[in-house]
Amino acid sequence: MIVATIAFYLFAAVTIAAAFMVISARNPVHSVLFLILAFFSSAWLFVLMGAEFVAMILVIVYVGAVAVLFLFVVMMLDIDFKSLRSEMLNYLPLGGMIGIILLLELGLVASTWVFAPDAASLAAAPAPAADSGVTNAEALGRVIYTQYVYYFQAAGMILLVAMVGAIVLTLRKREGVKRQVIADQVARTPQTGVEVKKVEPGQGI
Amino acid sequence: MAEIFWEYGLPGLIMAGQSLLLMVPLLVLIAFILYADRKVWAAVQLRRGPNVVGPFGLLQSFADLAKFIFKEVVVPAGANKGVFLLAPFVSVVLALSSWAVIPMSDGVVIADINVGILYLFALSSLSVYGIIMAGWASNSKYPFLGALRSAAQMVSYEVSIGFVIVCVLMTAGTLNLSEIVRAQDGNWGLFNWYWLWHLPMFVIFFISALAETNRPPFDLPEAESELVAGYAVEYSSTPYMMMFMAEYVAILTMCALMTILFLGGWLPPVDVAPFNWIPPFFWFWIKTLFIFFLIAMVKAFVPRYRYDQLMRLGWKVFLPISLFWVVLTAGVLVGFDLLPA
Repeated sequence: MIVATIAFYLFAAVTIAAAFMVISARNPVHSVLFLILAFFSSAWLFVLMGAEFVAMILVIVYVGAVAVLFLFVVMMLDIDFKSLRSEMLNYLPLGGMIGIILLLELGLVASTWVFAPDAASLAAAPAPAADSGVTNAEALGRVIYTQYVYYFQAAGMILLVAMVGAIVLTLRKREGVKRQVIADQVARTPQTGVEVKKVEPGQGI
Repeated sequence: MAEIFWEYGLPGLIMAGQSLLLMVPLLVLIAFILYADRKVWAAVQLRRGPNVVGPFGLLQSFADLAKFIFKEVVVPAGANKGVFLLAPFVSVVLALSSWAVIPMSDGVVIADINVGILYLFALSSLSVYGIIMAGWASNSKYPFLGALRSAAQMVSYEVSIGFVIVCVLMTAGTLNLSEIVRAQDGNWGLFNWYWLWHLPMFVIFFISALAETNRPPFDLPEAESELVAGYAVEYSSTPYMMMFMAEYVAILTMCALMTILFLGGWLPPVDVAPFNWIPPFFWFWIKTLFIFFLIAMVKAFVPRYRYDQLMRLGWKVFLPISLFWVVLTAGVLVGFDLLPA
């Protein structure tokens, strides 16, 4: 147990320190790199809880895909971050308020465990016991595709709509751009691709 | 104190020993893999390849290693020093740590975890960071272009790799790599392996693996004819060697993954006398090295893709086919009641 405890405090400390560095780093690319570190160490917190499937999905989706795009955008942006930083104090009240609301909500969740310890057993699909031999993926699959299938589908639809929306907003048809059409290339024959001219001697074309 | 040692210290030491036992032969193997790659390439082009250091040039990679580590590390003046030096470490650590879950024989694996395949997939999707960090921190144009290319390329091909993996997972019914190999065991030997069931997926996975590891014909992040050496332009000596080594370890990991997913891992192709005398461990490596040979051949005789062709192949060809195959596999498994228990 002692190793697990030490590991928990280690990863928790790394997560919090990295999260703090995200907002305090001078260089925006460093901020994103610290954000990645925060994602990564929170994934190990999931592993410590025995939720290895969630941990791996967190790494694959957030670190492997979302954060890459973050990094991509931040590297390409040409913004004067110094001036942004000087305006940080203006946003402090709003940001602080959001932070306090989040903290209160987390407090509410945590206090449920204290005031209503049997609330967890009221869940529609209680988690299988740790020693039942059911793997993470199987346990999740049992509820996601049965009890919560409509929510699951709705979440998928929302993501699809968001994706289509983003494409519609940015797609523009530009005129005069050469595009490669593979079918046209393959369909070319000597008859359509080559023109044979009869050239008179001494005349040229 | 003694209690703590027996409970935590000794298992820790055993784990460290196992890791060392895996890592050292692996790195020596990488040296010979590099040599083999160059030899295959040379043979296709009717050259001799490395043939000076040691018998048949076998020690060429070690000579290169010595050369790399005795040179000075040059950090460009405008580079972001911390990230610049961190990038090779990230690459190497990510590449090597994937070998912890690869089963080379029944039970011969350091960590037989339940989500082994997701772990490998996660690490391979993280390996893009080594390249992006290297490209950005170099503070130079070619590396940056290389980094951006590699980010787009690796994220694109991960999608189809993910779907290919989903197909295999559905057929095997498990995320554990050893279990996936066991699920391919059957009476028909090599016809029970998934390369036959999922032949189009095997092809797609092979090509996507080339793109994922930045191998020719998809080596656009380091395309020497246009980007000089892409993300590696500013690197020299040991950091460069680490980037290079990470690339080859990642390629070997992909070969091992293909062996596990499609070629039945450590299983012999036919379960009769001369074949099942060879230990399973060797079968695993024979298959892995065979796939590496294929990858080396591809490098030798396929010209480099253009960048828009690469993107088209990933998004417009591989993604629809693999998505369709996922639906088809699921349909067949449910329709004919073949789902694994």
